[in-house]
Amino acid sequence: MTIQHHINDDLLVAYAAGSLSESWSLLVASHLALCPTCRKALEAAETMGAQLLETIAPVSVAPSSFDALLARLDGDPYEPALPPSHETIPTPSVLPSPLRDYVGGDLHALKWRRLGKGAFHIPIKTRDGEGKARLLKVPAGKPVPAHSHGGEELTLVLTGSFSTYQGAFHRGDVETADETVEHMPVAGPGEDCICLAVTDAPLRFKSLAARIVQPLIGI
Amino acid sequence: MNSMIATKPAEHTPRIRLVVDNSPLVSGSMAAMVRKRKHLHSRGEGETGLTDNEANSISGEHSAATDASTELLCTCLADIAERQDRTAFKTLFDYFAPRIKAYVMKLGTPPAQAEELVQETMLKVWRKAAQFDPLKAAPSTWIFRIARNQRIDAFRRDARPELDPHDPGLIPDAEPLPDAQLGQQQSEENVREAMATLPEEQKSILLLAFFEDLSHGEIAARLNIPLGTVKSRSRLALAKLRTYLDQQIDFSGPSV
Repeated sequence: MTIQHHINDDLLVAYAAGSLSESWSLLVASHLALCPTCRKALEAAETMGAQLLETIAPVSVAPSSFDALLARLDGDPYEPALPPSHETIPTPSVLPSPLRDYVGGDLHALKWRRLGKGAFHIPIKTRDGEGKARLLKVPAGKPVPAHSHGGEELTLVLTGSFSTYQGAFHRGDVETADETVEHMPVAGPGEDCICLAVTDAPLRFKSLAARIVQPLIGI
Repeated sequence: MNSMIATKPAEHTPRIRLVVDNSPLVSGSMAAMVRKRKHLHSRGEGETGLTDNEANSISGEHSAATDASTELLCTCLADIAERQDRTAFKTLFDYFAPRIKAYVMKLGTPPAQAEELVQETMLKVWRKAAQFDPLKAAPSTWIFRIARNQRIDAFRRDARPELDPHDPGLIPDAEPLPDAQLGQQQSEENVREAMATLPEEQKSILLLAFFEDLSHGEIAARLNIPLGTVKSRSRLALAKLRTYLDQQIDFSGPSV
């Protein structure tokens, strides 16, 4: 089924800029694996970043910089060319690659924890320690447990579906909600709904004190 | 961000200025780099390097300026991949290093760490040159990604989950059109064109998002405009870029 609910443009730009937090990046990257449309949009955003890089007022590097770099090249390993992507053979894999790495494998490898009312979850550890990401598994036809107390949350459907007043969300679809939205998602019939949910602040680098003293850039 | 573009052409001949006027995102320093590269290549053949006028004429044909420059950067990467060409590496370094430094400093990196990030980024460029595919991305886009990821690696304990284009679970793109290769480069040109035509008010929000890690709420406070305005301008800007990037794609699906 074609994806109907995409990643918000703002989040794609933040992901392209590298300012999205780890757990939110995980959800965006997982959606991208399932959504050629958003991969195109990401390309647009990254090309934009490249444009900004090309047109930024350059800051001179130290005169010794290049020589220092040359000294580091010797004996440096080269990374071989990547195989063309069409050579990879598609195999049935429910979880996209970045997510598999975080939970230790595809669906069959998962160790679910009970959440009550027939639902299960797996909290996902992110390296920044701030991640509020988890997988949720909701039996077909049951309500999806609330997973945040205010703040923004993003939910990516991986199997099955759920419905809110905004309509039905299937594999690859992303639901965005914040505290102003009273959403009561219910898993669709026929198949358990597994989704990746992230909550809390989407942006990283909040603690970078230096940023506070950054002067207004040329606008 | 246009200050350099606006002022640089004055240093060059009217011919160059004409090119830059026609193609506002081609920086004057790019033309300078073409000259430099030509000089480097003519070294050893006496002092017969190209004159400025000759060099200007290399980039003086309209749209050849952008093409030649991108082509030059692609050639440099290919030369590094094929024979570890340090002259080509120097050309890339001279162009990108000061820009990478400026970029990470704008994001709050102190100068000493910025120098180190430049080194780490260029080292990655050297190592990964064989992985660069000119059909998939422009050199500047490829290098931007490396610089961005280096910055995250260097200053945070966390990681940046990446899309893996070789993931067997990836839902593939639609069957590429016969002229898809041309299409990719055209797409990048389209985005350049779109960037040039964005209203300043939209561009400034993209700049803040890219260069200062500001959330929309923070941008609203900084610019003293309502949050809704920030969101709508940002959305308009990216929507425009999206349509430029691939005009065949149907974006009729609702964006959540």
